[in-house]
Amino acid sequence: MDPTRGQSVADVTLPAGALISVKAATRARVLDRLRLGDIVFCQLTRAAAFGVLLLLSGVIVALVVGSLPALRTFGLSFLTTERWNPVTEKFGALAPIYGTLVTSFIAMLIAVPIGLMIAFFLTELCPQWLRRPIGIAIELLAGIPSIIYGIWGLFIFAPFLQGTLQPFLIATLGHVPGIAPLFSGPPYGIGMLTAGLILAIMVLPFATSISRDVFSAVPAVLKEAAYGVGCTTWEVARYVVLPYARVGVIGGVMLGLGRALGETMAVTFVIGNAHRVSASLLAPGTTISASIANEFTEAVGDLYTSSLIALGLILFVITFIVLAIARYMLMRIERRIG
Amino acid sequence: MTPRYASRRRRNIVATALALSATLIGLGWLALILGSLLWQGFSGLSLAVFTQMTPPPGAQGGLLNPIIGSLMLTLLALAIGTPVGILAGTYMAEYGRYDRLTSVVRFINDILLSAPSIVIGLFIYEVMVAPMGHFSGWAGGVALAVLVIPVVVRTTEDMLTLVPNALREAATSIGLPRSLTIRHICYRAAQAGMITGVLLAVARISGETAPLLFTSLNNQFWSINLNAPIASLPVVIFQFALSPYKDWQSLAWSGALIITMAVLILSITARSLASTGKQS
Repeated sequence: MDPTRGQSVADVTLPAGALISVKAATRARVLDRLRLGDIVFCQLTRAAAFGVLLLLSGVIVALVVGSLPALRTFGLSFLTTERWNPVTEKFGALAPIYGTLVTSFIAMLIAVPIGLMIAFFLTELCPQWLRRPIGIAIELLAGIPSIIYGIWGLFIFAPFLQGTLQPFLIATLGHVPGIAPLFSGPPYGIGMLTAGLILAIMVLPFATSISRDVFSAVPAVLKEAAYGVGCTTWEVARYVVLPYARVGVIGGVMLGLGRALGETMAVTFVIGNAHRVSASLLAPGTTISASIANEFTEAVGDLYTSSLIALGLILFVITFIVLAIARYMLMRIERRIG
Repeated sequence: MTPRYASRRRRNIVATALALSATLIGLGWLALILGSLLWQGFSGLSLAVFTQMTPPPGAQGGLLNPIIGSLMLTLLALAIGTPVGILAGTYMAEYGRYDRLTSVVRFINDILLSAPSIVIGLFIYEVMVAPMGHFSGWAGGVALAVLVIPVVVRTTEDMLTLVPNALREAATSIGLPRSLTIRHICYRAAQAGMITGVLLAVARISGETAPLLFTSLNNQFWSINLNAPIASLPVVIFQFALSPYKDWQSLAWSGALIITMAVLILSITARSLASTGKQS
């Protein structure tokens, strides 16, 4: 290596040649070390970024490999069979898939309108000094761990529903032709409706905070113009703010849906874990995540385990699609705002 | 006042009332959950909860081993997840800000961020528990680390992107190599935000149950051996709450209260830290 590398004018003008070369050599060493450190650090960060990619592909590969035995045995009928019998080792995913979709649908049906109204309140009606505290309180709902929702749902919410809302629904909607089957049967307390309601509370903060963010990103001139021609507050929100923020709202809703689909603990407590497809929303059912959480550690035999992993794969594929759409929508609105 | 005008007015009032009641519903629900948690949790809370082991049904006991287990799993997850997350975030914000790789990683990371945690549990079961042949604390810690990484990546990238370029240019102009610029200038400028990210990650994993169910499993007895099944607070709550025994259920409520308080304190700290970081 060239010992004069990194030598500067100042070094050369110093007297005593020996000293110069020692200094220059140290300098070169230091510079080399720095350069090496630079390369190592850069490669390290790049490796970590690749690691994130590997993580996701690892998840997919592990799930596919784990579910192969079940998929090979049952084929596509795995998706359409309701039967779930560990004793005879016959498994079908229809009941969990149905339960997952129904509970998430109930959750979105309730959480989206409430979330939008809260966002409307926070951005248009609420006095300035109240905005932050209310916003933080709503976001605290998102911070509460899901197991807390579960234990609360099981001990407080389900008995409450069993005593009040469910008998009321059976007595009223249970006799309306067309939708009567949805509200038939005894009030168990636990069941799909309860799970859907709990999910609604959990999804609410997502729907709210993203809607609030996109609502407040609507240019003030648009709103002022609408107010200027005499619109009421509600008309401004409904016909100016909402259409402008539509893509972002849909993105936020999909993000919440992704969470509702994959939510495990809260649902496991209150769903009842019954592998059947029943028309009544009040009946116990199961979801993909609840089945896995309830049965995985007790699963005996490769086929049982593999069927549960196959359920996990289905869940992952569904949420992946939903989340990808959500991200795409949010990316579009970010590009427009930014 | 024309009828048309009156109806528009009425509609506005109805919508306003609906918005107000929606907000009250949201806040009321939060109060309801926290209230019943405090009510049920405090009645069972005593010193014994923090000093004794989980009891067999019908006996006195506490939650010492799951509390210690949870702390160990969380620390393990942070020890693995934080460096990886910070390094990946650094690449995305510093070296490859306009790379193809960065946008792909950002997309994948966002997916991981909201992927169902039970699927992560299945993944770790497949790659660690099944090959090792037994449940272990290591597997639980790694499963939680997988949840830590996306949170840390996201905040690190966001915070480093906010660091003004003038700082980097100044550092470069006095001859600082790039890696030192990042470590001594950018990290320091983004410190508050990055710590916030780590706190948020802790808040997220400290209540996670699903990925632990079949990785670290549970342990009725005192064990700090990471190579064996280890107790953790969320899993114990799950087991005790679904049991028919009254004392177990009340311990589950106490555990739920402890977790919620810890998570709320963490997220409030993180939030205030983030807002002070923005002001400076």
